[in-house]
Amino acid sequence: MEEKSENLKYSWLNINNVKYKTTLTEKFKRRKPYVKKDPKEVLSFIPGVIISINIKEKKKVKKGDILMILEAMKMKNQIISSYDGTIKKILVKKGENVKKNQVLIEFA
Amino acid sequence: MSLKSKTSDLKKRMKDAVQGGGSKAIEKQVAMGKMTARERIISLLDRNSFQEYDLFMEHAAKDFDMDKKHLPGDGVITGTGKIGKHPVCIYAQDFTVAGGSLGFMHAKKITKIMDHAMRLKVPLIGINDSGGARIQEGVNSLAGYGEIFYRNTQASGVIPQISVILGPCAGGAVYSPALTDFVFVVDKISKMFITGPEVIKTVLGEEISMEELGGAKVQAEISGNAHFYAKSEQECFDQIKQLVSFIPWNNAKKADPYPKKAPKTKQFNIDEIFPTNPKQPYDVRDIIRALCDDSDFFEVQEYFAANIVIGFARIDGQTVGFVANQPLVLAGALDVDSSDKAARFIRYCSAFNVPLVTLVDLPGYLPGVDQEHAGVIRHGAKILYAYSEATVPKITVILRKAYGGGYIAMCSNHLKADFVFAWPTAEIAVMGPEGAANIIFRKEINEAANPDAVRKQKVAEYKKKFANPYVAAAYGFVDAVIDPKETRKFVIHALEISVNKDVVGPIKKHGIPPF
Repeated sequence: MEEKSENLKYSWLNINNVKYKTTLTEKFKRRKPYVKKDPKEVLSFIPGVIISINIKEKKKVKKGDILMILEAMKMKNQIISSYDGTIKKILVKKGENVKKNQVLIEFA
Repeated sequence: MSLKSKTSDLKKRMKDAVQGGGSKAIEKQVAMGKMTARERIISLLDRNSFQEYDLFMEHAAKDFDMDKKHLPGDGVITGTGKIGKHPVCIYAQDFTVAGGSLGFMHAKKITKIMDHAMRLKVPLIGINDSGGARIQEGVNSLAGYGEIFYRNTQASGVIPQISVILGPCAGGAVYSPALTDFVFVVDKISKMFITGPEVIKTVLGEEISMEELGGAKVQAEISGNAHFYAKSEQECFDQIKQLVSFIPWNNAKKADPYPKKAPKTKQFNIDEIFPTNPKQPYDVRDIIRALCDDSDFFEVQEYFAANIVIGFARIDGQTVGFVANQPLVLAGALDVDSSDKAARFIRYCSAFNVPLVTLVDLPGYLPGVDQEHAGVIRHGAKILYAYSEATVPKITVILRKAYGGGYIAMCSNHLKADFVFAWPTAEIAVMGPEGAANIIFRKEINEAANPDAVRKQKVAEYKKKFANPYVAAAYGFVDAVIDPKETRKFVIHALEISVNKDVVGPIKKHGIPPF
């Protein structure tokens, strides 16, 4: 955070169709672009271990069915289906360590 | 026992107590590059002005062998003193005594000095350097934090509250600073977070160092929890002394007047600093320096949300609070962070009788999914709320762009600014000429044989008709269009005229701001 009087790095920022010459902040540069969520993918919301898988590929599930149990922080978290559908692919195995936001299941 | 022997017994007791955690613990503190709690108080306060209280207060905990432990002063030093002749109440946690951990009596000493500050209506300064709750004291230590938070809230807007983070300040402990008005941090020494790197690693699998998570730089630049960043403890104390000179002792007073001084207009010449092209950047702080006494501008939250500039200065010897869009950073657009930053400062100034001078030059709100999802609607609303609610003299100068919602938000006539001045370069309109022409003349542009030429022509037409201060002036939304070189004169006059401003809003318990 040194005095930033000289050697400023200018960029052009478009606001309402007008381009302004200006500098950008660290926080602005770090922001992540928006990625549309694929509704067919089920992601882990916390890192942990898959301790049981209650579904099979190509089988149908109903909204509210418990698909997997993900243990994290000694809590057995239920991964619940948000809609009726068919399981296309299971991307993890029982006992596998998963990261946050890892794809666990793909719906058809 | 004679008086002499009683007195020497007292001296001995005092000598023991001021040793704190003893020489070994003090060595450790020094090795971490930190001053001791007592040294800090002495360096911050005027010479020989510190008076300590409750030196002999000690804990009464019994569990976990605590009854065998003697903790001098229970790990915190409290007292009164002066900064530049201003009276203050102060406490400093002593990390050398049980890691500065907060137990029941430790908290009681703090709340006692807080109650003092409230009764005597003087600023409160808290120096934080603590490992957190004293686990052995269980719920009693939680009770201690709660009592402090309650008092911070009651004192908010009554007396200035200053928090100085000179060591760890983690978990629940962070909420006392967060409730106070100004937080000071020092590079490599201050560490603030709710959950530390270890918990984050176990729960989320994310690896991060303490410095990257909640070091001084992060708090001053990214989170905005801190208002002032210093390289050393001494520099931090100098900043506190400067701040205290600008603010009143309590909400019934005005800040002390200082001898009037002219700005250094040779160094800060508006003609040279200010580009008339609204797309070109400049440092708005130089405009502030061109307007204020001795060009001495004391900036608050310099590194956080730098697209808006806030801080104290004096005009004709009187403290004012400046709020200014910064075209140099993110084109000066308003966003979540800059709205939060400005709104809180406006409320501070209003609570403590500091007139507000607002300099306007912004293209509007920053576009982006991240902004919308972060709640730019409710955060942006804070500026509107704060300006509308503020009862101190409000003087607005529109320098260049004042487009759309940004125009309204930046202390416009409609939010009851007392005086709105505009430079001849001001463009008060719903949006920039390019954007507006594209919408209004879309059909004509699209259907033209040469759309680019028509667009150019329409933009120029719009610019000529609307990109100026005279449309707003014709409706009386601008009180005067002024020569930029005469701005200081107009502001001084406005301050003089509004010295007896006395606005009372509708009776209510309190408003419900879009926190």
